[in-house]
Formats: sequence, C-alpha cells, structure tokens
Amino acid sequence: MTPPDGNGAGGLVGKGVARPNVKRLIHGRGRYTDDISVPHMLHIAFVRSPYGHARINGIDTSMAAEAPGVVRIVTAAEVAEICEPMVAIAAHRPGHKSAPQHAMAVDHACYQGEPVAAVVAASRAEAEDAADLVIVEYEELPAVMDILEALDPASPPIHPDLGDNRCFEHTTVTGDAPVALSNAAFTVEQDFEFGRHTAVTLEGRAILAHWDTVEERLTVHHSHQSPYQMQDVFSRHLGIPEHRVRVITPDIGGGFGLKINVHGEELAVAAIAKMLGKPVKFTADRLESFAADCQTRDHIATAKMGVDGDGRITSMDFENALSVGAYTAYIRFGLAEGMMAITCAAAPYALTDYHARTRVAYVNKGIVGMFRGVGVPVGCAVTEVLVDQAAAKAEIDPVEFRRKNYHRDEDYPLTSVGGYAAKYMSLHRCLDACVDIMDYDGLRAEQAAQRENNVWRGVGVATFVEAAAFGPVYYGPSGARVSTQDGCTVKLEPTGVVRVMTSVTDQGQGTLTGIAQIVGDQLGIGMDDIDVIAGDSATTPYGGGAWASRGMAMGGEAALQAGKALKGNILDLAASVLQTTADALTLEEGEIRDAATGEARMDLAELAKVGYFRQDTLPGGTQPELMVTRHHVPDTPYYVANGVQGAHVEVDIETGFIKLLGWWVADDCGRVVNPLMVDEQIRGGVIQGIGNTLYEHSQYDETGQLLNATLADYLLPMAGEMPDIKIAHVETPLTNTELGANGIGESGTIGAIAALWCAVNDALRPLGAQVTKQPFTPEHVLEVIAAARG
Amino acid sequence: MPAMSEDTAEINLIVNGEPVTRTVPVRRHLVDFLRLDLELTGSHLACEHGVCGACTVRVDGVVVRGCLMLAVQADGAEVVTIEGLSDSGEVADLQAEFEARNAAQCGYCTPGMVITSAELVAAGGVPDRDAIRDHLSGNLCRCTGYQAIVDAVEETMKKRAGA
Repeated sequence: MTPPDGNGAGGLVGKGVARPNVKRLIHGRGRYTDDISVPHMLHIAFVRSPYGHARINGIDTSMAAEAPGVVRIVTAAEVAEICEPMVAIAAHRPGHKSAPQHAMAVDHACYQGEPVAAVVAASRAEAEDAADLVIVEYEELPAVMDILEALDPASPPIHPDLGDNRCFEHTTVTGDAPVALSNAAFTVEQDFEFGRHTAVTLEGRAILAHWDTVEERLTVHHSHQSPYQMQDVFSRHLGIPEHRVRVITPDIGGGFGLKINVHGEELAVAAIAKMLGKPVKFTADRLESFAADCQTRDHIATAKMGVDGDGRITSMDFENALSVGAYTAYIRFGLAEGMMAITCAAAPYALTDYHARTRVAYVNKGIVGMFRGVGVPVGCAVTEVLVDQAAAKAEIDPVEFRRKNYHRDEDYPLTSVGGYAAKYMSLHRCLDACVDIMDYDGLRAEQAAQRENNVWRGVGVATFVEAAAFGPVYYGPSGARVSTQDGCTVKLEPTGVVRVMTSVTDQGQGTLTGIAQIVGDQLGIGMDDIDVIAGDSATTPYGGGAWASRGMAMGGEAALQAGKALKGNILDLAASVLQTTADALTLEEGEIRDAATGEARMDLAELAKVGYFRQDTLPGGTQPELMVTRHHVPDTPYYVANGVQGAHVEVDIETGFIKLLGWWVADDCGRVVNPLMVDEQIRGGVIQGIGNTLYEHSQYDETGQLLNATLADYLLPMAGEMPDIKIAHVETPLTNTELGANGIGESGTIGAIAALWCAVNDALRPLGAQVTKQPFTPEHVLEVIAAARG
Repeated sequence: MPAMSEDTAEINLIVNGEPVTRTVPVRRHLVDFLRLDLELTGSHLACEHGVCGACTVRVDGVVVRGCLMLAVQADGAEVVTIEGLSDSGEVADLQAEFEARNAAQCGYCTPGMVITSAELVAAGGVPDRDAIRDHLSGNLCRCTGYQAIVDAVEETMKKRAGA
C-alpha cells in the first residue's frame, strides 16, 4: 500500500489519510496522564477491600500515618463529607432499583477491590507501603455471586434498603411468540453463557487533580473519554461551580467504553485534591484494573426459535439474565447490557412474533459498565447461533437461509420485533460482499474434504447490527446528564490556516483526523493547514466526547456544518473585498476563485489578513466572523449500522484448541471518511471480539475472590494466534445527515463474537456437539464433545 | 517501621548516549527510574510483571522488559529508550510505515512494539508473516488487532532487503 497523500486535490473525505497526531506516539512523545508531573504533586494508593462482601467496623490509620513519605490518610467517611454519592437511576426504566455508591466504601464493601481508604504520600511507592499498614476491621458477609441465586427474592440483599438483589426487569412482547412457537414446523433451542470480562486498556485509569486554593478552581488531567461529563460530575458531586472545573483529557492509552464510566476512585482523587489543596495523582496498576475497573457481559440466556415449513423464521423467545455487580454503573446504567441484548436480537430478520425478557441482578462482583458493543454482541450471537441451527435443521445452507429470512430491501423503514428502529440495513449487500471475499463455496468444499482426514473445520457467517450515536430520544428521558450532541468550532487564523476545536475525543480511533478531512474539504485546504484541538472542557465546544461510535456520525456532521458555515462567512467577506457576490466565488486549494472561470482572485491568507488587520479597507460596518461553531443533534434514538462477518476455524477435537484460519468483514458504516481508520477500527474490534469469545474471563470464586487478576492469568489475544482480516466496504450514506457517516467503533467486536460462535459450532455440528459457554476454553470444547458422544 | 525506600544506591550508566549518575532506591525498577528520575516517559507500564511488553527498552543492545529489571542492575550498562531510538534515526523507515498504516491507535504499546520490531528488522532478511507475528507475540496491543503492525514490519524489511 502506498502511504496516502494528505494534501492531494480532489477531496480528503474518502482518502486513507494518515493521522497527524500519531507520529508523536510512534516516537515515544505521547503525553498520557501519568506522564504529567506538576510541582508539589502527591500520589495516592488506595486501601481496597480484600473481601467480596464485608461490613467495615473500623479503620486504624495510626501506623500508616507514621510511615515514611505519608502526608495524609483519608478515609471513605471523610471523602463522603464533601462528595455526594453516585446514584444511577434510569428514569426511563420503571422498576429500576439502585443503591447510592460512595466514592469509597464507608461502612460496607460490596466487591473485592472496592476502595476503602486512600493514602496520600510523596511517592506512589511510599503510598503503597503505607496502604499495607492501614488496619481495617472487616466483618465478612455472605457473598451473592450467582445470577439466578441473586434474582431469587429470598437471597440475602447486598443493599438492604433495596429489599432484594433484583435491579431491573423488562419484557418485550411483539405478536404472540408462545403460540407461534407451538405452531412452528420445528423449533431450535439452546442455553448460553457469556462470561464476565473486562476492558484491559493498556494504560490503566489515571487522574491528576489539582485544587487551586486561591481561585477555588479544580483542574483535572484525566484518562477519560468525556471531559465534559467529568466536568459535570466533579462540579455536582463536589459542589464546585462548573465554570471553575476544567477537565483535560491528554493522550489516552485505550478507552473501549471503560473510560466513559465514572469510577469511585476518580471522585475520591478530586475530593482529596480539594481537601489537601495540593495536586494529587492516581494511576491504576494492573491488579487494581482487573479488580476495580468496570467489567462487562456476565449474561446467561435461553433462546428458542420457530421456523415454518418453508424455512422462514416465525418466532423467537429470548430469556436473558445478567449480573451488573454491586452497583448500577454511574452515569449510564449497566442494565443497558440486557436491554441492548433483547432489543438487537433478531433485528436482521423478518419474524413476527417475539418474546424477550431481561432480568438484571446485583451480585458481589465488580460493577458492569460500558464496554464496546454493550449487550449487542450477546443479542447478535444468540440470534445467529439459533439461525445456524435452524438452517441445519431445515437442511438449507446457512447463507441461503439468512438471505431468505432477512428483511427485504423494500420493507424499510421498519422496527424489528425487538424494537430496533432501522431506516435501512444493507443486509443482503453485506452478505453478498462477505460471501464473495471469503470464497464461501471454496471454504465449504475444503471443509468437506478435510473432514475425510478427521480435520474439523468450521465456517461461520454472522450478521450484526450496531446501534451507533445514541441521541436525545434515548438518553433525554433517562434523566442522566449524558450529552447526546456534539459540537465543532472552526477558526480561520490570520495566515490562512485553520484551527478546529471539537467536542469529540480521540483515543486512537482517528476521529480527529476525519474531522480535519471533513473541514478541509469544506474550506478547500489540505491536512497541513489544519490543526484539531480536543479534550479540554474549558475551551472546546460542549459535547459527548467519545462513546457509542459517535465520532464521525455526530462530531463529523458538526464539523461539516461548521466548515460550511465558515466557508459562507469567508465568501461573504471576500465578496465584499472583491466587490462581487458570494455566489460568484468559490474556495479551492487555499484560494478564493471566480466560480465561473476558476481564476484565482485572492488567497485565503490575504483574506484573513484583511479580516483581522485591515478592516479599514472594508465597507463601514462590516463585521468579519472568521470563527464559527455548529452542533449536531441526531433526530433518531440512534443511527443503524450493519454488516456481516465470516470466520474460518479449525477445532482440534482431541485437545479442544481452536485455531483461527481466516476472517472476513463486510461492513456498512455509511460514508467512509477515512478507509484506513475504518479498517483499523474493524480489525481492532474483531480481535477484541475474538479475545472475548475465546480467552477472556474475569473469574470469581463463591466468596467473591477474583481468581485471575494478572495478565499472566487472564488471557488476551496476542499477535501469534490472530488472523489477518480482509474487509469489504458496503457504503450506504446515512440519510439523517449531510455527511452520511455512521458508526464503526463497535461493529468489529459485535460481529466477531457471533461469527466465532457460528464457526466453532459449525465445526462441531457433525459430532452433535455445540459450545454453549463463552469463553470457549479447551476444557469446554472437550466437555461438549464428550457429552455429545455420551 | 523502617521503609525499604531508605535503601538507595548510586548508579552510573549511559542512557540514550548520555552519561547519567543518580542515586536511586534499590527497589526501583528500570522503567520507574527512566520515567521518574530521567523524565523519559516514552517507556510505559501496563502490567509490571513482564507480560505485556509496554516497558520494552534496550540494555546493552538487548531487548529487555524494563519492569523486570531493577535500576541498580543497569549500573554500568548502556540503555536505549524509544526516545533515543527515535532520535538516532535507526528505525525512521519502520516508524514511517507504522504511521502510514495506522499501526498505532492509542499508542501506549507502540514504543515497545517499535523496539521489539527493530530487533527483527535489524536481523535482516524478509521473514514470513507468521515469523513476524511470532516475534511480536510478547507485546500486547489492545487496539489494532496486530495486522497493521505486521504489515509495517514486513514492508520495512522488504524495502531494506530490496525485495
């Protein structure tokens, strides 16, 4: 591949322009939160509950306070005096119960790793030494660990004020699934488990907070996806006027949704900074990340699908339950894991009768927060596994079976049986594209031939949907202070170059590059003439930051509209200078040109000079506006992206090991602003999905002890085992916006999980075996093969 | 209770070509020394038990895990970090390939990836993709899915070999 040219004529959107902000990272000149040191900075180490569930009867800090370097020991109760607890209540979800969560556990620790006290010292090492000397008197309580046990009203409540451990329940009924299932020509049914795992951002959560005692201002450098959200949270919980809170998000070493959550330690650090009037820093180490980062998934499910005599899916029943840990995650609600699963299940298919229930339980584990895909992978995997089983039972090829059962192109817009509202989904085109690039028929022929050699290969083709760029229709009624709009300011500088300030933040996705491309095209300038600034709540437009794959879909549209508006202002000013009308002019390659002849009339730098320094040459009263801001608010609950993934695997039925032989993705994320970035979002997402499905599992014992909190024990995908991934783009520009870009951040992960479930089960089907538990450990694979063999 | 941090030692070493003398706590590992004492923050910490490779540096020409080596063990050694390696221009071509392919997203693993890749690139030849993947298998990247990194290494080696 030839490195792309960022300054070519003919438009930047659609080109694989390299990221201007990546070079410093490759040269070791990134600036992550932990890299920042300020004078008089102190360090925090947390004392954490070693128990899954315990009452805290007392804390003796006297020995720790005497340890070298220690400045102060701060207990949970002291922080609680100046910091409001977090209460995540989803106002749009009747029946949702949620207990207050203090920044640190005051008298009741509900999961292993929950912070109980903070040691502030001159160095992190000294803070850790002293943390070991804090004596906490715990009284261990019975831990509730199992989802179904927790859903039993008789189980001992973790939060007595809530009465029981039932957090939330929701049932979706469309048509009459019980009747349709009983009338079906045949049904298929399976139990599922999706193990709990965690995000594993390579950079742990990090925060440096500084309270200016004179001006009474809080400045926070924070490894977080949304500086605006955290400005709001610090302001409200610590009672600081919002304009005196500034949150800066420097380079961030991985987000994946983890860093949109609010974690107790982060509130505690800001509170302690205010208490001490000194800068304090906290960076989570790997053990702390495993134990106290928000986790994800942890679902069990039973699902059943009914098919008629013509091989058409008529109906589905989906019984889902999950645990969200000890609290409802602040500020976005872990119960979305279940809601998204039952909403997105069956979304590609034209069935009519659906019954689904999600039940959400509190257990003594880490809190389930946002993570790439949020429940959608579960809904997609459950559906696709049943679709494959139904195809097999109907003796129809699974690709053909999907084609037959997808919504027809003429049926849009539609709302799926689960309530997933789609203006359009390019399902048929994505399926055709995926089957084409993977040489599906060739793989099937090879699979059949290899079975003669006792080699068990599987081909999985899975359909996925991605609900991207959630808007106010969804979040407004929830009552959560989640900003569902994004903004962009475009400023012409006096030399004719442009600064762009966006509310979108970039953890490596390349969104800031895409925004530069969009603005560049509006103003007719190249990448070298644009600088993008993001991640500072005090200076950039207010918005969401980075979550739900919104960077291009929303931030990109705001950038397009801001660039377009600035172009209008520039041409108005130029018309005034050139004594013509704006519509007779155009802006190309840094020049203002005659629209009819293409003749250069003046360059942008000359115009900017007039606008900023030589207003005396303009007609009286002219007010040049060379900085413009626009925001974008989506008009639907979310934008709908979709695609199909293909996986080729080989299962060693003697050892249970699964080898990945090939991977293909046909994705439709609307307008592709930068194919290089889009492909890398897909590839990275797929590999995370593979990790989630094959390796990753946060394992707790029955007392709430986390058993595998190191990178040696918690397995992740490494380069050696991962496949190359071939990608095809099906580009259906979104009609909701002028830009037409849709979400891409989560598609890879969502589809990969379903594709791997399908591929492994395809390999095992002739043996009469099916995997049912994620991750597919060799032990589980051997177990299901042995069970099938009786 | 006496703290271990009272135990210090003086070390002399060369870091990125410059002689350095510092008194360090004997328990301080090499990457904490680089980051905290020398403010060379390009070397990152992500697991501190030798699994992830984010802390990879060169010591006396050999690629090591900076979190598994104490600073005092580097006494008398020559240490090269990502900053020094970048400034030397030794792998400017490799880094340009990383940039062109977006073989770094969040960039946190990237210094370790570049130093580990540099070792393979310096060995010469054009290994197949499986061999490149194998060489990189001690470095965790959570963002890219590795393919672009393998592409960058492969392309650099092809160009160097004139292939």
